[in-house]
Amino acid sequence: MSTVVLLIVTGLGLGALYFLIASGLSLIFGLMDVLNFAHGAFLAIGAYGTWWAAENLPGAGPAGVGFLLAMVFGVAAGTLAAVLVELCVIRPLYGRHREQILATVGLSLAVPALIQAIWGADPHTFPKPELVSGTLPLLGVNVPKDRYLLILAAIVVFVALWLFNSRTRYGLIVRAGVQDRAMVTALGIDVRKSFTLVFAIGGAAAALAGSLGGLYFGVVTPTQGMSLLIFAFIVVVIGGTTSLTGCAIASVTVGLIQQFANYYTVAGLGDIAVVAVLAAVLLTRQGGLTGKKSAERVA
Amino acid sequence: MTTHTPSSGATSAPDGGATAPGTTTPVLALQNLSWSVGGAVIVDDITMSVEEGGFVALIGPNGAGKTSLFNLISGLTKPTAGTIRLAGRDIGRHAPHRRARLGMGRTFQTSSVFGDLTVGANVGLAVQARTGESRRFWRLATPAGGADAARVLDLVRLSHRVDYLAGDLSHGDKRKLELALLLARGPRLILLDEPMAGVSAGEIGELTNVIQDVHREQGCTVLMVEHHMEVLLDMADRLAVMHHGALLTYADPETAMADPDVQAAYLGDGA
Repeated sequence: MSTVVLLIVTGLGLGALYFLIASGLSLIFGLMDVLNFAHGAFLAIGAYGTWWAAENLPGAGPAGVGFLLAMVFGVAAGTLAAVLVELCVIRPLYGRHREQILATVGLSLAVPALIQAIWGADPHTFPKPELVSGTLPLLGVNVPKDRYLLILAAIVVFVALWLFNSRTRYGLIVRAGVQDRAMVTALGIDVRKSFTLVFAIGGAAAALAGSLGGLYFGVVTPTQGMSLLIFAFIVVVIGGTTSLTGCAIASVTVGLIQQFANYYTVAGLGDIAVVAVLAAVLLTRQGGLTGKKSAERVA
Repeated sequence: MTTHTPSSGATSAPDGGATAPGTTTPVLALQNLSWSVGGAVIVDDITMSVEEGGFVALIGPNGAGKTSLFNLISGLTKPTAGTIRLAGRDIGRHAPHRRARLGMGRTFQTSSVFGDLTVGANVGLAVQARTGESRRFWRLATPAGGADAARVLDLVRLSHRVDYLAGDLSHGDKRKLELALLLARGPRLILLDEPMAGVSAGEIGELTNVIQDVHREQGCTVLMVEHHMEVLLDMADRLAVMHHGALLTYADPETAMADPDVQAAYLGDGA
């Protein structure tokens, strides 16, 4: 029983991480048809930004309020990077999907290489504030505190994105743009502004994932973003690109399957199990779990 | 092939057989407009103008370049040569959303409503696009768009469907909703790309009435691509016939249909 609880909470924590990455990916792909392979770079920038700020930024530090400030710095750096990428790389290539893929793949290789050139390829120990160190019992099981933090952060981001989507004018424009970009433009709305905004939101969420991923894994490495990105893409395919809820369900599903398969079978089989689920979804429901729009979008 | 151009389209010489009263600046003036892709001429040197309050039907065989011309006018593609003026203003370099703000609305061949939103939210979005052009997008969205939304829904006879999801509407009702979205902007000129395509026979009459209301009561100038001849002959005061990318004839319906070039285009070039 205690193992099951631990596996569930850890799986949810991992799912939370996937959600933070995949929600931005899916928003970007849904609105702009851009497969953003550079998303892992925003994550790495968030992780290294937080780690760097905790050591070097005045006022910031490895514990307490100082660590919170370091996280804010990391997320801000990731957001800024996302805005710059949209304005300087994606915008000149609107509608040229092949070039966009090449450019973002290039960034996904260049940013880790740059990080490696500055701080080396070896993992750096990520600061762990006292508040999230140690364990907190749940149903009699000692669960590491950082799992709670990941889940809480994902819930906060989910609610914030949901409120943005359903309650703000820009959210309405983004939702409408996902369904029909040309018509949004025909209404006199400059849809490019929402592209930049969506990139900023996605970059912020990914950078937050990087920051929290540092806590979860205990270290930062230049290629961390890349390996998480692969699973985030799988989450996007399974969850579909039109629904935030679908993305959340898929994130949790992938996280749990990975944890359980890795524990109860051979370690490493979890990743294969996730790919099997992906294949099953692709064969049976091409719009993803909650999707029904993909056929229309292609048409 | 000679191109019949009754209007010069230039602001300094706005006349040329137009039926509109006075010699005002035409709402839309195209001058030597061309578009070619990789050497293939898709739109070939079109000069024509549409007067305020006019209703022009753009017809021609499939592949004549009608939708390509619409894409040039609305800004989805950039012309390779020529100018486009909206109420005298050169808009040839403007992005599509800027043309929309200047009073040009368009629909597409496939109906383009936001299916996951309610009818009310669809119109609300369009109303907010007009009223919220300043920096106020962060304000909370008003669900239905208020009195303006109610007015345009009433105009297209969709008030009773306000809470329906737009995706659940019949095809004819989706077309009406598209018109409502455009009307929410208060456009001067609307471009309708095959509004009757896919609409059931029973709905065509009502949709025709709605389009006519939009034209007459709202004073919108209309440029429409349509294949249903009986429908457009009822509505249009001028026909523009395109063939192989060029403008074959631009005249009142009787004259245009009697034109031997037009008959040859429809019956085949060998005729």
